[in-house]
Amino acid sequence: MEHYNMNLTLKVWRQKNKEDKGGFQTFQVKDISSEMSFLEMLDILNEQLINEGKDAIAFDHDCREGICGTCSLYINGKPHGEWKGNTTCQLHMRAFKDGETITIEPWRANAFPVIKDLVVDRSSFDRIIQAGGYVSVNTGNAMDGNCLPIDKNRADDSFAAAMCIGCGACVAACKNSSAMLFVSAKVSHLALLPQGEPEKRSRVMNMIAQMDKEGFGACTNTGACEATCPKEISLSNISRLNKEYLFASLTADK
Amino acid sequence: MLDAKIPAGELNNKWTDYKGHCKLVNPANKRKLEVIVVGTGLAGASAAATLGELGYKVKTFCFQDSPRRAHSIAAQGGINAAKNYQNDGDSVFRLFYDTIKGGDYRAREGNVHRLSEVSGAIIDQCVAQGVPFAREYGGLLSNRSFGGTQVQRTFYAAGQTGQQLLIGAYQALERQISLGNVTQYSRHEMLDVVVIDGKTRGIIAKDLVTGKLERHFGHAVLLCTGGYGNVFYLSTNAMASNATAIWKAHRKGAFMGNPCFTQIHPTCIPVSGDHQSKLTLMSESLRNDGRIWVPKAKNDTRKAIDIPEEERDYYLERRYPAFGNLVPRDVASRAAKERCDEGYGVGSSKQAVYLDFSAAIVRYGKIEVSKQGLENITEDQIIVLGKEVVKEKYGNLFDMYEKITGENPYELPMRIYPAVHYTMGGLWVDYELMTTVPGLYALGEANFSDHGANRLGASALMQGLADGYFVIPYTIGNFLADEIYNKPITVDHPAFVEAEKTVSDRLNTLMNVKGKQSVESLHKRLGKIMWEKCGMARNAEGLKQAIVEIQQLKKEFWSDVKIPGEINEFNPELDKAGRVADFIELGELMCIDALNREESCGGHFREEHQTEEGEALRHDDKFMYVSTWESKGEHEWELHKEELKYDVIKPSQRNYK
Repeated sequence: MEHYNMNLTLKVWRQKNKEDKGGFQTFQVKDISSEMSFLEMLDILNEQLINEGKDAIAFDHDCREGICGTCSLYINGKPHGEWKGNTTCQLHMRAFKDGETITIEPWRANAFPVIKDLVVDRSSFDRIIQAGGYVSVNTGNAMDGNCLPIDKNRADDSFAAAMCIGCGACVAACKNSSAMLFVSAKVSHLALLPQGEPEKRSRVMNMIAQMDKEGFGACTNTGACEATCPKEISLSNISRLNKEYLFASLTADK
Repeated sequence: MLDAKIPAGELNNKWTDYKGHCKLVNPANKRKLEVIVVGTGLAGASAAATLGELGYKVKTFCFQDSPRRAHSIAAQGGINAAKNYQNDGDSVFRLFYDTIKGGDYRAREGNVHRLSEVSGAIIDQCVAQGVPFAREYGGLLSNRSFGGTQVQRTFYAAGQTGQQLLIGAYQALERQISLGNVTQYSRHEMLDVVVIDGKTRGIIAKDLVTGKLERHFGHAVLLCTGGYGNVFYLSTNAMASNATAIWKAHRKGAFMGNPCFTQIHPTCIPVSGDHQSKLTLMSESLRNDGRIWVPKAKNDTRKAIDIPEEERDYYLERRYPAFGNLVPRDVASRAAKERCDEGYGVGSSKQAVYLDFSAAIVRYGKIEVSKQGLENITEDQIIVLGKEVVKEKYGNLFDMYEKITGENPYELPMRIYPAVHYTMGGLWVDYELMTTVPGLYALGEANFSDHGANRLGASALMQGLADGYFVIPYTIGNFLADEIYNKPITVDHPAFVEAEKTVSDRLNTLMNVKGKQSVESLHKRLGKIMWEKCGMARNAEGLKQAIVEIQQLKKEFWSDVKIPGEINEFNPELDKAGRVADFIELGELMCIDALNREESCGGHFREEHQTEEGEALRHDDKFMYVSTWESKGEHEWELHKEELKYDVIKPSQRNYK
């Protein structure tokens, strides 16, 4: 693959803290290699800012290999940028051309308040898991792992849902800021396995209740979440969640 | 003076006897005992959840925005367990033996045997939590082989085993939070340990969002903060993985064990330029099917596909016919370095070798032809069929490679090069996982204990979860049972006040340097010194130079570092500065340790000590010990030796030919 260098204009959201109103600032970066990752390009901008005596741009990132779910960013209006099934940290600069202007913003959702610049607070996701996203089994209770055969296809489907990295792109992509894809991925992961069976009703009810309490919006089935998800979590998980929720509502102890 | 507290008796019975005789704490008293867990990866999350279940009052701390983001999540390949589900001759003893041998006879028999004993229960526990391991069509758990062992004992979830295990532990932890047994502090970083009357009594933590310092009391403190590979700047670790917690503990009296033992993983995506911020691993499982080669001619600039078969040097298969491409990590890494140093490297940097799947694609294609009973098949059709099989096995890794390099590994061989991946060294702990400071424990990669001088693939996840789920819940009781007489100490105690002041002064000093060089640029320079002089090959002269250079760099750091922003706000540059300052000190100790160890073993290769064929040459007569370092001041350390005794296994030269 041919490598090339480019000069870019970056419009970046700056916001000092949660209370600050915030706004865009424009920066120029030069000689960016097409081999760099998008975050390495931001590293270069930050080095430039520090050298100029300015504050570095705060952005969340950690593993830089697409699995920890820490990185975020709307890049030209798209969560995690243009590439399909991809996280921001795995987006590379060959996706851009010399002379381009790139707009970079934090996730926008009431349930994800901005901490600083491009960093948001996603602790609402932890609280949704606390509401029921687990199997209630203490260490030491387990029987032999092979005592419980599980149909391979169901196990594979469960795994496909469990691949969710909790980055919040589904919420960011949704015009209602709904967290349905995130919640449905966890409900599906556990509902598809026999281990999740005993708590299936309370789990879905409690997780949905917590999701509403956190201020996430309703799902109107536009599918933007699935199209954006870096792990390509399927919309069919939302159907499963709705089925589980309906069943739980109808059979709940009054 | 160092007592590892290995229980007496037969190796097989040590752990059982220990559990049968250790002190217990009754449930009413557990509620009054407070435990602090720093780090929420596999070791920390599993320990915190389990201690919460037992009824202790637990607080967890992580610098990430959620416990689920700890770098355990990035582990790809799998987790070992001596289940013998494949009926292929595995046993607790075999796993124990392979781990000791893989570690080049520099690990403790007692610890490793216990690890092997509890390995099966880890799998059971994870299955019960709903971890979706790979399964066979019969519904039972699937295994694969890994790291050159002769049995199939690795359990996995595609290429995301670490993620699935961590989510299992995270969910168990979140459940304990909802039940009120554990309190979670995210975006918090531990910046000091508080020691009162010789015992650990708490920590000073920084709320990274507000910059405010907090004091937290604990009857015991568990450090589960992972490894320190980022001392090399470029590694497969996450960007913020750091040594700060264990380094603060070291400065407060905890000894460091074998700090120079570093694992360099052979198959990583090579550096593409000076902008590089981190390196990405390509799972060891790829070596099951990929063949590693370089051109036979030096400085060959032809494309890989233009180099005919007879002009390729499959150097691992040539040098190690018995194990071929599946030699252990330390051996494969050194062999790649040797070829590149001799001028046979490929790619624009010449610091890479090929990992080629074309033979595997043809082989799998032919199997498919036979399975599907196809006739009159062309070569091209065989390749199409073969690619589908390879995609099913390694698709996610191939996709990751293509995203990073822009090259299609189905058409062109991957370019790979070794990179820093794991640190076997860490805080010295005894059999109970306690450091040399009473009440202060280290679990998982943060301790030094189980992998000797080289870790086998799929053993890191096993050790993290063994420590957290099945070891610490017993051993901590042995300490806490005597703590029931001690009421919680107020955080107004002078020791807390003083510790907070030390931390605060240091942060202010950092902010006030107002020099010219960024934290990142200084970190890069440290990494370069470490990689060139304390990396894959080390020698006395280079290490001596490195020590001088690091001491110089430390002076430069404290007189010329430039940190933007303010102290009382979210300031990632300030957080990073503190971590790099600690890495610089740790780097010096690593070089001192490497200089002291006048032998080669596992990942530690001293050029002066090699066989005629260039293999690692151990000196068991002089170095059959754990190098344990006590901090004695700014550049001063005292060496203590923990002799290693092999009662069951007879150490020998590792041979993979």
